[in-house]
Amino acid sequence: MEEVVEAASKLRLQLKRVYQGDAGLVPILIGLAALVVYFQIRNSVFLSASNLTNLFVQSCYFILLSMGEIWLLLLGEIDLSLGFNSGIGASVAVILVDTKYHWPWFLAVLLALAVTTAIGALNGFLVIRLRLPSFIVTLAGLLGYQGVLIYVVDKQGTGGVVPLQNKYIYDMVNGNLTPFATWVFVIAVIAFFSVSMLRSDRRRRSSGLVTRPAWVTLAKIIMLAGAGLAVVLIFNTDRATFTVIRGMPFAIPIVMAVLAAGSLILIKTRAGRYIYAIGGNSEAARRAGVNVNRYRLMAFTLAGLTAGIAGLIYCSRLGGISDGIDAGNLVLESVAAAVIGGTSLFGGRGKMIHAVVGGLIIATIPNGMGLIGMSASTQYIATALVLLAAVTIDSVARRGSTVTL
Amino acid sequence: MEIAPEPNSSATSADGRDEPRGSGADPSPTQHLLSLRGISKNFGPVQALQDCDLDVPAGQVTALIGDNGAGKSTLIKCISGIYAPSSGQIYWNGKEVHVHTPRDAADLGIATVYQDLALCDNLDIVENMYLGREESRYGLLDEIKMELATKKTLADLSVTTVQSVRQLVGSLSGGQRQAVAVARAVMRESQLVIMDEPTAALGVSQTKLVLELIRTLADRGIAVLVISHNLMDVFSVADRIAVMYLGAIVHQGPIASYDTTSAVELITTGESKSIASSRLSASL
Repeated sequence: MEEVVEAASKLRLQLKRVYQGDAGLVPILIGLAALVVYFQIRNSVFLSASNLTNLFVQSCYFILLSMGEIWLLLLGEIDLSLGFNSGIGASVAVILVDTKYHWPWFLAVLLALAVTTAIGALNGFLVIRLRLPSFIVTLAGLLGYQGVLIYVVDKQGTGGVVPLQNKYIYDMVNGNLTPFATWVFVIAVIAFFSVSMLRSDRRRRSSGLVTRPAWVTLAKIIMLAGAGLAVVLIFNTDRATFTVIRGMPFAIPIVMAVLAAGSLILIKTRAGRYIYAIGGNSEAARRAGVNVNRYRLMAFTLAGLTAGIAGLIYCSRLGGISDGIDAGNLVLESVAAAVIGGTSLFGGRGKMIHAVVGGLIIATIPNGMGLIGMSASTQYIATALVLLAAVTIDSVARRGSTVTL
Repeated sequence: MEIAPEPNSSATSADGRDEPRGSGADPSPTQHLLSLRGISKNFGPVQALQDCDLDVPAGQVTALIGDNGAGKSTLIKCISGIYAPSSGQIYWNGKEVHVHTPRDAADLGIATVYQDLALCDNLDIVENMYLGREESRYGLLDEIKMELATKKTLADLSVTTVQSVRQLVGSLSGGQRQAVAVARAVMRESQLVIMDEPTAALGVSQTKLVLELIRTLADRGIAVLVISHNLMDVFSVADRIAVMYLGAIVHQGPIASYDTTSAVELITTGESKSIASSRLSASL
């Protein structure tokens, strides 16, 4: 009987949260589902294994860059230069590995990540020391790093494009886990999450705290398993016409690792807690003894590192690096992805998973519209409308809320 | 009722000044938890605090009253490490201390509840209570420990109106937010809790909640320093009053030596006909 009362009060609190506007990912996931249904109706190729794999891979860059931005959006800041930062990372990796330098891929990747992390730290240093709005400093970065990128790429003398031949970097996007390894990976992930959910429930229950009812946890596990199964089936189905290609692209586990690390930091560590606090009320954090500038610098640095990983995925997918990379647009679309996913531009609200959902939506629109045969111009307008719709729904939902973010 | 200022005893006064110590503070700072002597603060040409002496004993509620702009918040911020005094000494349990940062104040055992409460609306009650001093287990936050301790603290303070300690602070009422801010101070095993206008924005029942909380704290042996301009609240909860006027503390003493009239006179003019203002008449 007590369990039922507890569950009822938990449920009431959940519903209250929904009413207060904190509906979580539900409205956005419904939106994504609606898009998927629409595109599938218009062109049944949409839900084919090859297109869906393509879609997941296309979304990886946006997801990663968006996760990079979320570090800053949580603080109420922004980094407009992350796109070109990732481009510089990509060019460092490709140039070191495939031109006259012939570095081992592992070292090239490490140096590329070191460079992007340092650029992120530089942005943070300027914002904190000069006490200028991050918008301005990173806008200057956007322009400046674009110049650096064009200079570095053109200096290779290959006509503004450096092709990627190194197998390892190329395989990040284009190579796959074996179908068996795909199963193992997905099952391992599901098992890990289920076990940790059950264990934390058990710890809470034994401490006498109000816990999520067992059936809710079970439902979550079942949904996770269902999603995992769908993902495995998509990737393990043969998606090539002339040869056989199966298995999960390496990019997916890479993105999931970044997602896991980022979420762990934000949810389970002090640093993450302080980032939320600074975004919510930086003066309160300061008075509580938090070294605000240290965590701001940390966020800029982590954003740079994440942008570096995004850059590697980018050059892997492109098969090289070009001086014409439209990184200004890409970074804005990544910010849009974070916001569509539910992250607030004003700080204090957001999660790494928002980048995943938002990135999928941002990638679905051009993918689906391309299948229907719509021009690029229409795709841009459609993305704009989706962004407006997502933010409006979110804002209207929160208007009834007592949380004023 | 006349109060003569305490006799000056330059042998024990900290800086050996000869002129009589104003404002009725004890000449020897050793017997109180917190004593300020000669605290001044200027911001460029603006003299915000002039030579303030204040005693705050443990286990009692000291009310710091004064009109707007008298310097009450500035004095508080000097104690809690937000500002550094331009001159003067701070004594903690009789020993001189230097409070340069909020952390220094927290390390001493001083907790401040600011007028704007300094809470993060986007975090829940547990997260706010532990902000800056989270408990961890193997390097990761120990949510269960923090949640249990938060529930216990709120229960000890008889704060029963809060439904769940996992509610976002932004969704609480004014009185509940104040209670959370106070509970945060209590959980840190603070010896001195400073509250800046705790009832300013609250309704009747919420005010009652906060005043009872203040009384509970003092009854536990904690020194409470409350800034308030609501004399009704002051007279219902305070054990001592200190009055500020134009940046100086013009009078302080046990509450029995004041009534509403004399308090208002001291606040608005810096002196009172019914109480000899010790600045002017040291020899009376």
